[in-house]
Amino acid sequence: MITFLLQGLRISGPYVLAALAGVFSETGGVVNIALEGILLNGALAAVLAAYWTGSPWLGVLAGVLAGVAAAGIHAFAALRYKVDQVISGLAVNFLVAGLSRFLLKLVFNSTSNSARVEGLAPWAGVDPFLVLTVLIVIASHWTIKRTVFGLRLRAVGEHPRAAETLGIKVLRMRLWGVLISGALAGLGGAWLSLDQHQFTDAMSGGRGYIALAAVIIGKWTPLGAAAAALFFGFAEASQIILQTYGLRVPTQFVQMIPYALTLAAVAGLIGRSRPPAADGIPYSDEQD
Amino acid sequence: MSGLAVELRGIVKRYPRVVANDGVDLSVESGTIHALIGENGAGKSTLMKILYGMVRPDEGTLSINGKPADFSGPRDAIIAGIGMVHQHFMLVKPLSVAENVVLGSEPGASAVGTWDQDGAKAEVARLSKEYGVKVESSAVVETLSVGEEQRVEILKVLYRGAKILILDEPTAVLTPHECDELFKTLKGLRAAGSTILFISHKLKEVMSLCDAATVMRRGKTVGTKKISETSQNELAQMMIGDLEIKEKAAVPYRGEASEVLRLENVSVRGPRDELALKGVSLSLKAGEVLGVAGVEGNGQRELAEVVCGLSAAAEGRVTRGGRVGYVPEDRHHAGLMLAAAAWENMLLGRHWEPVFSTPFRLQRGAIAGYGRKIIADYDLRPPELEQEAGAFSGGNQQKIIVGREVSKDPKILVAAHPTRGVDWGASALIHQKILETKAAGAGVLLISADLDEVLSLSDRIIVLFSGRVMGEVARADAKIEKLGCWMAGVSGT
Repeated sequence: MITFLLQGLRISGPYVLAALAGVFSETGGVVNIALEGILLNGALAAVLAAYWTGSPWLGVLAGVLAGVAAAGIHAFAALRYKVDQVISGLAVNFLVAGLSRFLLKLVFNSTSNSARVEGLAPWAGVDPFLVLTVLIVIASHWTIKRTVFGLRLRAVGEHPRAAETLGIKVLRMRLWGVLISGALAGLGGAWLSLDQHQFTDAMSGGRGYIALAAVIIGKWTPLGAAAAALFFGFAEASQIILQTYGLRVPTQFVQMIPYALTLAAVAGLIGRSRPPAADGIPYSDEQD
Repeated sequence: MSGLAVELRGIVKRYPRVVANDGVDLSVESGTIHALIGENGAGKSTLMKILYGMVRPDEGTLSINGKPADFSGPRDAIIAGIGMVHQHFMLVKPLSVAENVVLGSEPGASAVGTWDQDGAKAEVARLSKEYGVKVESSAVVETLSVGEEQRVEILKVLYRGAKILILDEPTAVLTPHECDELFKTLKGLRAAGSTILFISHKLKEVMSLCDAATVMRRGKTVGTKKISETSQNELAQMMIGDLEIKEKAAVPYRGEASEVLRLENVSVRGPRDELALKGVSLSLKAGEVLGVAGVEGNGQRELAEVVCGLSAAAEGRVTRGGRVGYVPEDRHHAGLMLAAAAWENMLLGRHWEPVFSTPFRLQRGAIAGYGRKIIADYDLRPPELEQEAGAFSGGNQQKIIVGREVSKDPKILVAAHPTRGVDWGASALIHQKILETKAAGAGVLLISADLDEVLSLSDRIIVLFSGRVMGEVARADAKIEKLGCWMAGVSGT
């Protein structure tokens, strides 16, 4: 039971961070389907940095920065050039998928996985990622609900023109939302790869998309999205445990559980969970 | 008077299809209430956006209190002491009243980024009390009525301590009583040294409230007059120029006055699940205009929606005698697809009619003919079927809706605030169309917060208060005082 709990938390971590990332981006009004690619980019950069420097903590830092960089591309296309946000996000996903394969081949001469790297040493027996994530969940909730930044971010995601009339720089706020999103999802990616001590091709495995579902189920709030992400994480953990029990069900069906749950949960919520009013709608400063 | 608060010289602003401002001059003396009047599309909104830093002029200069100004955004205008109450409310619906008021200038910002939420609530409550602008500071904006939303907008400006206030058609959404309150507030602000730019179509208000008026027409200033030295007729003439005003032709209906709509003890739930309409019974006959007066937020929206079948009655029965035409109170929310072309909006809800489409193809010729007829009948400007609905001015957007709803030959026409935010010329036209619809044998349910409008069009008038019908009176017997009592919830005969 304890192992199940711990494993559930471990697996949930990247989901939780990616879901929070989604909340920050979409609260500001930018749909961030690039979460998948940001996770992958963070995972890759973390392993590369840990491999080259020997320090897993520098790996974590690199993961965060790589997440910000990938999010920056999305922000640049979506905010500066008003590219459709879904298209721009998908482009980032494809870009990172290709780039990571290229670097795997180049650095590790492999098509599937990197060399093994050292993971983070536990703090008093607890995974530092877990501690960080708990703190980040609380900080995110506090940031959105209590700070000036959070209030303004919500405003630009709901009614950007109203925010602009009050002197708030809409695009700058949105940029911050997306960059924070990148940092969080990049950290999630670092957790994913350092936890396994290596990077494997396409290791994000759809977690970015599931995180988006968690954002919807969590009604675009940090606590709600984190709770929904935990739910998906535990669904995946139970799937792994069910497999080890050797049920007489094809493993493919057991592996489907988290995705089927996602579909069911999102379908059940259609119409009851309302996104920020201006989510996904490009904003330009001067239009009449 | 102590000099000019606002001075605009030779302002030009061109848009791809239209020159919105074409050499506009405006001088506003400090400490006065100055009206800016003109038909929709005359360029008033653009000029005010320039003054508020939302739009940069292509040519011309701007000075505030004698100092040249060059705004790169509203923040600069706010710093210069300018505040704007927008015609289309700029409110973030899921946020509270207090959050909306302080947004962008949050009080008590700390080093860690928090702000003083309780202090904001208290400050908003204080302003609300001091200026008599009544609204609950912790209420969420999406649960407020339109009238309450406007009060939030006014509080936003007052909170920022603006000394130059721009009010874009502020009375369009208010009841007569609320208008009086607003005027008192504005006069109080003037006495305290504020300068107010008052945009309006209602010349009567301008005459009673303002010190001076500048008239705009087709992107140019026609002239500025002191109110004490001009008359309503002169201003009207300046506004519409040599355009002929069509008289309201009240053609009586000569057919059979059969009942087209009946409500029996109808109750409807509002946004907060409370009963917003409580046991309303009414009957509407063919060839009749039933005016529904009352302070906004007393069940009008629920009444309109239950008649149209948009919301279900919690109790009671609605019987309709035919097709319903609906001119909704919020044209951006319910009446139009802003990003779609004018012709598409005119076709909305009628696209399936055999005249306009076969199962696989739109009949573009018939649609264009129908669209051109609306353009001609309603003097739609610009006369472009392909232009996006959102690119038309408010009055012209409303013409598209009314044109669509009236032309489908309804048995029942529900018109909710049909001329809100609509200029004088378009208002007159819309009123005439409503009367024509009535003459053609439809029953018209006219819901309006504008008592003049209700009185001038209706055959019978009911007043809604707190979801109930306070009273009913024939137009000929209606007295303003009695209606006013009913609107305030005081019954009696």
